[in-house]
Amino acid sequence: MTALGLRPHDPGFPQRHLLGIEGLSADEISFLLDLADSYVTLSRGEQKKTDLLRGRTVINLFFENSTRTRTSFELAGKRLGADVINMSVAWSSIKKGETLIDTAMTLNAMHPDVLVVRHPDSGAVKLLSEKVNGAIINAGDGSHEHPTQALLDALTIRRRKGRLEGLTVAICGDILHSRVARSNIHLLGTMGARVRLVAPPTLLPAAIERMGVEVFFDMRKALAGCDIVMMLRLQTERMHGSFVPSIREYFRFYGLDRDKLRAAKDDALIMHPGPMNRGVEIDSELADDIDRSLIREQVEMGVAVRMACLDVLTRRLRRNEGREDVS
Amino acid sequence: MSATAYVNARLLDPASGLDVTGGLLVEGGRIADLGPRLFAEGVPEGARRVDCTGHCLAPGLIDMRVQLREPGEEHKETIATAGQAAVVGGVTSVVALPNTEPVIDDVAGVEFVARRAREAKLVKVYTYAAATRRLEGKEITEIGLLAEFGARGFTDGLKAIANAQVMRRALSYARAFDQIIVQHPEEPALAGGVMNEGEIATRLGLEGVPAAAETIMVERDLRLVELTGGRYHAAHVSTAAAVEAIRRAKARGLAVTCDTAPHYFTLNETAVGDYRTFAKVSPPLRSEEDRQAIAEAVADGTIDAIASDHSPHDQEGKRLPFAIAEAGIAGLETLLPLSLALYHKGGIGLLDLLARLSARPAAILGLPGGRLSKGAPADMVLFDPEHPWLIDPDRFRSKSKNSPFDKHPVQGKVLATIVDGRPLYEAEA
Repeated sequence: MTALGLRPHDPGFPQRHLLGIEGLSADEISFLLDLADSYVTLSRGEQKKTDLLRGRTVINLFFENSTRTRTSFELAGKRLGADVINMSVAWSSIKKGETLIDTAMTLNAMHPDVLVVRHPDSGAVKLLSEKVNGAIINAGDGSHEHPTQALLDALTIRRRKGRLEGLTVAICGDILHSRVARSNIHLLGTMGARVRLVAPPTLLPAAIERMGVEVFFDMRKALAGCDIVMMLRLQTERMHGSFVPSIREYFRFYGLDRDKLRAAKDDALIMHPGPMNRGVEIDSELADDIDRSLIREQVEMGVAVRMACLDVLTRRLRRNEGREDVS
Repeated sequence: MSATAYVNARLLDPASGLDVTGGLLVEGGRIADLGPRLFAEGVPEGARRVDCTGHCLAPGLIDMRVQLREPGEEHKETIATAGQAAVVGGVTSVVALPNTEPVIDDVAGVEFVARRAREAKLVKVYTYAAATRRLEGKEITEIGLLAEFGARGFTDGLKAIANAQVMRRALSYARAFDQIIVQHPEEPALAGGVMNEGEIATRLGLEGVPAAAETIMVERDLRLVELTGGRYHAAHVSTAAAVEAIRRAKARGLAVTCDTAPHYFTLNETAVGDYRTFAKVSPPLRSEEDRQAIAEAVADGTIDAIASDHSPHDQEGKRLPFAIAEAGIAGLETLLPLSLALYHKGGIGLLDLLARLSARPAAILGLPGGRLSKGAPADMVLFDPEHPWLIDPDRFRSKSKNSPFDKHPVQGKVLATIVDGRPLYEAEA
C-alpha cells in the first residue's frame, strides 16, 4: 500500500499546514483524496490500525464545542498510532486573545507534531500557525474555512459518482456564516464542478458570486439538474426573526423535502455536514433514506480524510528524522 | 529668547499662497518677518543663523484627530510620548479625542490635558470634549462651560452620535457658543463588521461594514445641519458616496467640513490580506474606487483636512484574531510623508496639500497656528519633499508601533520642527 510507505521525495503535498482549501491545486487535492481512499480500505479491514505515527503527538485544540469533528480527528490519529490529546478551551471574546497566544505557546513547549485547531474567529488558526513549530490542521475557523469537511465531502461524492469534474452541486442554507460552504466552493470549483448556492438573501454574503458560483433564491430552480444537494445547518439563534422570520417559513422555502428534491436529477444525492436540524433544513425521513442520503457515509469518509491529512503533514518530519538516523 | 534667522528657505504659506525662496526671522516665539529679500543686508546681529539649504519651511502641521491615551491608558501612549511622535512628524499642534479613561466630558478633564501638555513642553495640545456625557449618546455635555475652558469642539470620539434627536440638540445648542460638532459618521446598526463589506470579507469569513453605513449617517447629519444651522465636521471620511454627499452640501452652502486620514487614500481593503490586524481601522479600509475618490476629494478641497487619526495600540491589542483585535493605526509620524504621495503623483499642488495639513484644520477649529505670516506663532516644519525613505515602525517615538506601513516607501522627510520658536526636533543628518 503506497499510502503507508515512506517515500524519499513526495511532490504530492508540499504544504506545511492545512489552513484552508483556497490556494490548493487540483493535483494537491487529488493527491489527498487518493490517499484518503486507501485509508478507507484500511479502516474497513480487520486490522484498522497502523504504527505510522507511533511516538507522534497530535493535540486536538478546540476553542469551540464539537463532538463529531473532534472524535473523527481523534480516531484518525489513533488509527495511525499517534498519541492523541484533546484540549477544550472555553473561549469568550471578553477574555480577548491572551488565551489564544498563551495556549499556543504553552502547547508549543510540549512539542506536538500536529495541532488540530478549531476556533470561533475567522483567521484565528492562521494566527496560531505563526506561533508554533508543529503542523496545523484547521478544523474550522469562524466563517472562514473547514478544509477537512470539504475534502471528506469531495471524497464521498467521488466514490459515489466516480468524479467531481462536470458535476453540478447545490449548496443550500446559511452560506453567510458557513465555513463548510466556503471550503466546498473553493474545492469544487478547483476540481471543475459547477457550484450553485441557494439561500434567502439575508443568508448570502456580499459579492459571493465573485467566487465563481451561481446564486439562487428559489430552491427548485437551484436544484434543477443537480447531481448533489448539500444542505447546511441553520443555527437556532438565527431562525427567529434575525436572519429568517421563522422555522416554518424557512422549511417551507429552503428546507429539503421530497417535493423539492424532485427538481434535481433522479439519481441526485443528499449531503449534510451535521449536526442536522431535522424539520428545519431537511425533512427527517429524507435524511435517513439510504438510497438518497450520503450523510452516514460522510462520517466514515471524515476519518479517512483526516488520516490522510495527518499522514501527509507529518511526512516531512518523519523524513528528516530518517536522515538524522543515518548520519 | 534670542532671535533666529532661517535663511535660504523655500517659504510656503498655504493661507496666503506664498511660495518663494527667502528668509524668515523668529523673535520671541513669533514670526517677526519673512520674505525673499529679508536678509539681503545679512542676518541681524546676535541672531542664530539656520541655513535651510533650499528646503521647505511651512506652518507646522495641525493634526485634528489624535488619541493621546492619557489619562487611563498610559501603557499605549502618553501626552509626552505622543508629543515626541508629533515633533518627529512635523506636527506642532494636536487635537485630542475625549475617549480617555475617564472620558473628557467635564471641565476638570480639559484642564488636566492642558496641564499635562504644559509639563511635557512639546507640541501644542488641544482637546475636544465629549458631545454627550460619558460618550453614552444620551445627554449633551456642558458645551458652553467646556468651550470657555478651552475645549475646541465636541465629539463622541470613536462612537457616532447615533440618536437623531440628540444630534439635533447638540448641533443646535452648540450654535450659542459657535462650537462645532465632530462626528464619527457610521450608522452603528450597520457597522457591526470588522472590514469593508465585499468579496475579500466574504472570502475571509469576516463580517463586513457596507459603505452605506457611512453614507447614511453623513446624509442624515446633513439634514440635521440644515434643520439646525449648526456647524458640523465629518471625521475620517472613507467612501466615495459620503464625499459626494458632502460635496453637494457644500455647494448648497451648509457649514460642513470633513477630514480623512492618510490610510484612506493610501491603502484599500486588500491591505487586510491574510488577516493583518495592523490594517484594521474604523471605518474600514475601502474599495479601490473609494480610495481614489478620497484622493480626488482631498485634491479638489471637498475634504478640508488630513488628520493622522493617531490610534496607538500595544501588541496585545493587535495580536488577536482579526474580529476582536483593536482598530487603529499609530499615524503621527507618517502623516506628512504619506500625504506628500498625493503631491508626488501630481494630483494636488504642494500649497494646497499643506493647507489640508495646517491652515484648514486651524480655521475649522479656530486654532492660532497654520500660518507663515508676520506676527503668527513660530510653529513651523522644515522638510525636504523629495527625500526617499522606508517607513520603519520600530523606530517610532510613539509608545505604540501599530502601523501597516512597515517598509512602505515614501518620499518627503521632516528635517526640523519648531514650536513657538523653539527647535524641538532636528533629523539626524
